[in-house]
Amino acid sequence: MQAEYDIVVIGAGPAGLAAAIEAKKNGIESVLIVERDRELGGILQQCIHNGFGLHYFKEELTGPEYAERFINELIELRIEYKLETMVIDLTKDRVVTMVNSRDGLMTVQARAIVLAMGCRERTRGALNIPGTRPSGIFTAGTAQRFVNMEGYMPGKRVVILGSGDIGLIMARRLTLEGAKVLAVVELLPFSSGLTRNIVQCLEDFGIPLYLSHTITRIEGKKRLEGVYIAGVDVNRQPVEDTEFYIECDTLLLSVGLIPENELSKAADIKIDPATKGPIVNESLETGVDGIFACGNVVHVHDLADYVTLEAQRAGASAAQYVKELLPRKRTGISVRAGQGIRYVVPHFVNVDNLKDTLELFMRVDDVYKEKNVIVKLDDEVLATIKKKRLVPGEIEHIKIKAKMLKDKAVSSITVEVQKEGA
Amino acid sequence: MERRKMICISCPLGCNIEVFKDESVSGFSVSGNKCKLGKEYGIKEMTNPTRLLTTTVKLKNSHLKRLPVRTDLPIPKALIKTCMREINRIEVCAPVKAGMILLKNISDTGVNVISSRSIGQSQ
Amino acid sequence: MYDIAVIGAGIIGCSIARALSKYRLKTVLIEKEPDVANCTTKANSAIIHAGFDAKPGTLKAKLNVLGNAAFDELCQDLDVPFKRTGSLVVALKDDEIPTIYKLHEQGKNNGVPAMKIMGPDELRQIEPNINDDAQAALYAPTCGIIGPWELAVALAENAVDNGVEILLNSEVENIIKVENGYVLFVNERNIYAKYVINCAGLHADEINNMVAAPNFQIMPRRGEYNIMDKSVGKLVNTVVFQCPSKLGKGVLVSPTVHGNLLIGPNSEDINEKDDFETTKEGLKYIYETALRSVKRLPAGFVITAFAGLRARCERGDFIIEEAPGAAGFINVAGIESPGLTAAPAIADYVLDILKKMQVEMVEKPDFIKKRRSVVRFNELTNAEKQRLIEQDSRYGKIICRCETVTEGEIVDSIHRNAGARTLDGVKRRVRPGSGRCQGGFCSPRVMEIIARELGIDIARVVKDHPESYILTAQTKELDIDNSDDSGLLT
Repeated sequence: MQAEYDIVVIGAGPAGLAAAIEAKKNGIESVLIVERDRELGGILQQCIHNGFGLHYFKEELTGPEYAERFINELIELRIEYKLETMVIDLTKDRVVTMVNSRDGLMTVQARAIVLAMGCRERTRGALNIPGTRPSGIFTAGTAQRFVNMEGYMPGKRVVILGSGDIGLIMARRLTLEGAKVLAVVELLPFSSGLTRNIVQCLEDFGIPLYLSHTITRIEGKKRLEGVYIAGVDVNRQPVEDTEFYIECDTLLLSVGLIPENELSKAADIKIDPATKGPIVNESLETGVDGIFACGNVVHVHDLADYVTLEAQRAGASAAQYVKELLPRKRTGISVRAGQGIRYVVPHFVNVDNLKDTLELFMRVDDVYKEKNVIVKLDDEVLATIKKKRLVPGEIEHIKIKAKMLKDKAVSSITVEVQKEGA
Repeated sequence: MERRKMICISCPLGCNIEVFKDESVSGFSVSGNKCKLGKEYGIKEMTNPTRLLTTTVKLKNSHLKRLPVRTDLPIPKALIKTCMREINRIEVCAPVKAGMILLKNISDTGVNVISSRSIGQSQ
Repeated sequence: MYDIAVIGAGIIGCSIARALSKYRLKTVLIEKEPDVANCTTKANSAIIHAGFDAKPGTLKAKLNVLGNAAFDELCQDLDVPFKRTGSLVVALKDDEIPTIYKLHEQGKNNGVPAMKIMGPDELRQIEPNINDDAQAALYAPTCGIIGPWELAVALAENAVDNGVEILLNSEVENIIKVENGYVLFVNERNIYAKYVINCAGLHADEINNMVAAPNFQIMPRRGEYNIMDKSVGKLVNTVVFQCPSKLGKGVLVSPTVHGNLLIGPNSEDINEKDDFETTKEGLKYIYETALRSVKRLPAGFVITAFAGLRARCERGDFIIEEAPGAAGFINVAGIESPGLTAAPAIADYVLDILKKMQVEMVEKPDFIKKRRSVVRFNELTNAEKQRLIEQDSRYGKIICRCETVTEGEIVDSIHRNAGARTLDGVKRRVRPGSGRCQGGFCSPRVMEIIARELGIDIARVVKDHPESYILTAQTKELDIDNSDDSGLLT
């Protein structure tokens, strides 16, 4: 089956939903959103905890509630969608190949594409944790799916590796459902999760958090029987005589999210090794004409609300592109991550596409307290922002007035953490 | 409890505060907070800590097996166990609309348990 | 009552069972594990060796070369992925050059075809990513890579297609010699067979000792491996060997037949026959040693690690002979490298032994030589994919994102003879769980399919062994107080 659409959105999680809605609202009738799962909403459907929508709706919603707002709007706007449909190929000429049981194999020519595939979880294998390979080892997201959607427990006595939000949320979730969470083990000297989750997921339940620790060995021939945990030194290497054993039958891994960019690579889209997502400009357009990207596929966000805002920009830009109203000057200002900054998004800025503000999103590479963030236009310091606290787990936003960039002929913006203290 | 250390979660700063019993009007004093939200939070945690509870319930008549639910208001932290037991006993039948009350006045708290999403009937 | 009982359904047992299935012989294949190919066969270098490494005059040498030659036809008949990539034994230092010449000579003595010594430029034409210090290499074009468990599964399936019975989860507890045969005690059953073929791998000595005086001992030697992401799968084109040196046997860097990269193994003599642990030191060793030949090996692309145990015996050669004092009981033991390569030839060799024993071997005219071909959705053209989905809509539902595997393939892998019953069984047959997400996305869906197709509750789906449960209770069944003493702090 062959077809043509003005805009194809790949993924119907928070990013895809918002992008498709915004594209439609910007006058594009022919929009198709493609989702591999059995329903719309993406990962939000299994995120049954609250904390969504504080910024966007000024309400505190659960994941499914947040998703439903956009799903309802999508349906009201009569945007076409396909479920249980997997995109298996994408070309830089914007030909999308997708497969489902009902329609078979479809090739769709799109005038513009919005990538919204989200991310996947880092695995035990990728961490190369030695030991046996028993059952009972899950990534936190997979365990979350089993608990919240299929309605099954992954185990009874649980150790969680990684104190990111997914791990913390699951610590609470499993406890509420009658499992015993014995420990959360974190490699870094600080948790990357929200403090609120440390309090409400660990402290509330007396679950110990071992900072600067890691799992050194996994035991159990058939089902997990226990894990060895050791403290780590400044180089994050295990310190030998600090090793201790926890008997457990379940290990949850919350050790990192990786943007899912197989399709992006198939379309020859250049990927930033720091974000593991496409290099994008201020309009969320990738290096391939007419292919836009938003949400976790670009970089791992910490709040769904910001995914929505980013996706709306992408959807609007895709609509402008289809209407041939998106300025095509491709070279522009390059945005650089200076010292102390792990990455900044977007990577390039075409000032003609900016309205009033350029918003930069970044993550630092370490914990910094009482430091200045310096924003430079070429070699000149534009702004020095005092920050009480910078952590890798929280995305920082910097807004720059477009006027500042338009007045001078700027070729680069650099963001860095000042070496000396405030 | 006479005194307790905690992290305030009112804003991303996460001040380390200490709350201790004293002769003041509220019965507690708070130190380490950088704003009044910290004081309010600290006192609340000592006197009447509450939490919003999110969980799932058994679902019938649908291809999905569990329905995500939440309390429409925070409940006293001490009642989480009791509430979980009450919630786990029920079984909800699709179709359901988001916001629909599934359990009224759970454990006599005045708080309701509502559905977090809409689900149609079994396809 | 069986004519032949084959103990052990690894690559050797499955090869022999399939070879026997050509004849009118009632054959049973008895396996203690929950699936075929569950031990050494699933954890090795997956190489079909050219045959220059084995000592001339040994059974290893003879059967390696014979076996190697059989793989094209065998893999075509059984629809098993196999590629003759060729291999390079690389001399990284001056003093390694005599070694590769020696291996060349040895190979010629063993009858290995078409080898040559390559100089630095020629070897770089085949392997551009080889290290700068690679000076020369022994090139052997007949070396190949394969899916070893896929081969074993295919052999087992074809054997069952041709009338062989397979018993899984069936450990042979004892064997006694009776008139004209043997009685095997398996899961409280007595199985009588006229002839027994002992392919019990790591446990072959224990099986031998049930009927004959101990005449060999199996000593497990563990090797650890890493598999790397497909994005680096083309780092090398051939199987790249290192010369043995003072530091050890050297570690290989090899493409896998699925498109990944494999590095390893190390070599450690251990005590337990079921110790499949990877170790911090072992994994560090294989990576650092692999860098000696391919320094462009990136860090951070590992997708999994595993350890395999070689069934080593002191004899240093294959033991394929009637057990002393036990007529009709054939040991096929000590089958370490090049066991996988030699497997087709080992099967023929065993058939010869049976013929010499005057076993009546009447060929079946209706022997089914080929296995029903396996759909590999990922490899089809768009038009083929479309036609397939039209025939069976389950091929339109993609379950494994990383390897593009459909529900149709998974269902088929369960219902074929010697089909999958477990999560690992599906993984081994059709790949979900082998990719970069290691089952994170697909495992709930695969488990759902297994549960549905086998008519069991999803909580009864296991990873591998019956005790390797994945899910425990349903939510809402456990009281929150199970989290007991560290309950809510007030």
